Amino acid sequence: MSSATMVLYDHPGPKARRRNLILTVLFLMLMAALAWYVIAALVQKNQLTAEKWKPFLTSQMWTTYLLPGLWRTIQAAVWSILIALPIGALLGIGRLSEHRWIRVPCAVAVEFFRAIPVLILMVFAYGFTVSALGVSNPMPAAVIGLVLYNGSVLAEVFRAGILSLPRGQTEASLAIGLVKSQMMTLVLLPQALTAMLPAIVSQLVVIVKDTALAGILIGFVELRRVAGTAASFYKNLLPTYVVVALIYIVLNLLLTALAHRLERRAREQRVGGAPNVGAAQAPGIAPV
Amino acid sequence: MDFGFLQDDRYDLVGAFWMTVQLSFWSALGSLLLGTLLTALRVSPVPVMRAASTAYVSIVRNIPLTVVMFAMSQVLYTTLGLKLAGRGAGAAGAQQFLSDQFFRLAVLGLVLYTSTFVSEALRSGINTVPVGQAEAARAIGLTFTQILGLVILPQAFRAVIAPLGSVLIALIKNTTVASAIGVAEASALMSGMLENESDKFTAVFLVFAIGFVLFTLPTGLLFGWLAKKGAVKR
Repeated sequence: MSSATMVLYDHPGPKARRRNLILTVLFLMLMAALAWYVIAALVQKNQLTAEKWKPFLTSQMWTTYLLPGLWRTIQAAVWSILIALPIGALLGIGRLSEHRWIRVPCAVAVEFFRAIPVLILMVFAYGFTVSALGVSNPMPAAVIGLVLYNGSVLAEVFRAGILSLPRGQTEASLAIGLVKSQMMTLVLLPQALTAMLPAIVSQLVVIVKDTALAGILIGFVELRRVAGTAASFYKNLLPTYVVVALIYIVLNLLLTALAHRLERRAREQRVGGAPNVGAAQAPGIAPV
Repeated sequence: MDFGFLQDDRYDLVGAFWMTVQLSFWSALGSLLLGTLLTALRVSPVPVMRAASTAYVSIVRNIPLTVVMFAMSQVLYTTLGLKLAGRGAGAAGAQQFLSDQFFRLAVLGLVLYTSTFVSEALRSGINTVPVGQAEAARAIGLTFTQILGLVILPQAFRAVIAPLGSVLIALIKNTTVASAIGVAEASALMSGMLENESDKFTAVFLVFAIGFVLFTLPTGLLFGWLAKKGAVKR
């Protein structure tokens, strides 16, 4: 709770406490009714029987289906972030170049790939890898699609990170006689990277979620798709989707916790009033 | 590049993008309503309401939209038999039922997912409203709903026009996920076209990419302009 939301109401007196208690009871009753309705529907459709949920206690469910799917999801996500980071750095630096012929193409590429759905990029990449390269494995296409989108998102993250560094960093680098490429690689980029680390980890959450897109139209057998196969084998659609959702939630909450931790560490190390850019996403980017 | 496929009657490009527009419109409306409700719960004086809203947001925003979308179709409809559309008579009626049903399921999935991001944006907007505003409102004796509805939210909405614009752009792009449950929108058509025109994948891609740029770019510009116009002068 932030200070701004705490002042929306007074410290509750006896009357307000009574009203809050009534509201609490009413809300809990509403929730209970909702839960009752859902549970009744599940029981009526035989979704809470042991046989629907038992497959998750067998090793076959995990070793044949879920874990290999999760592994491919993680592989695709890790490859994507590893390739997208240098591309994002190049595009971000390129957008800050003082040469128009570098700046403009980088800006156009960043804006173009951010404006297009990742699914469309993946379908295109699949068309490209199948028709032009003769590769029928959908994993490279999934990674290409994710890299094109996230590379341009990370470009904006890097640009914001570099722009947020104090001017003195640039001036001091030039004063000691560094050339521009040295200034960027030795002074600005390392600082920007440290400051942007939390934002980069947050972007990893988006990438993990987006890997599931590759299971829709191009047939990448990631966690969601493998779960679909498992569910039709065990005839337990609902339990499988619950478990898969839980896996994604746990994975993403862990990543979010890591991002918060990096952010806190960065804040603690920044005693001298250096910039705080970790929390701030680049302007105009919602990690949806 | 050969764009001859644009004249082909088999491909209803306008219809596919019209479906994208419809999905975006109804989902945006629903997400704004549900997102506002979630935000109101999240700042309410009742701890249980705050906890419920926080739990919903942190659970749903961490599930991939693809999983949400498949759950709409395979869990809500196939397994639990939820019907969101009426069934007419005959084969045409059944056809109409299926397309209505999956369209509404897709909108429901998009609303459930996107409202969490609307709520996050609005909550950060509430934090930009100076503390003095709420204090003054309390001092003149307004109740919680009045403070929120008359003083805080109007200012918060103006502060979050730009972030809400980003959420809307993400929503427009996310409508492509509806192809997962068979809604005939742009990405489904693109995928079908690539099967027939596999040698022209670049041309096909450019057509759809430009189609989406034509939606998302003006949306970004419009919301940037609105944000500048609506900004609260302080």
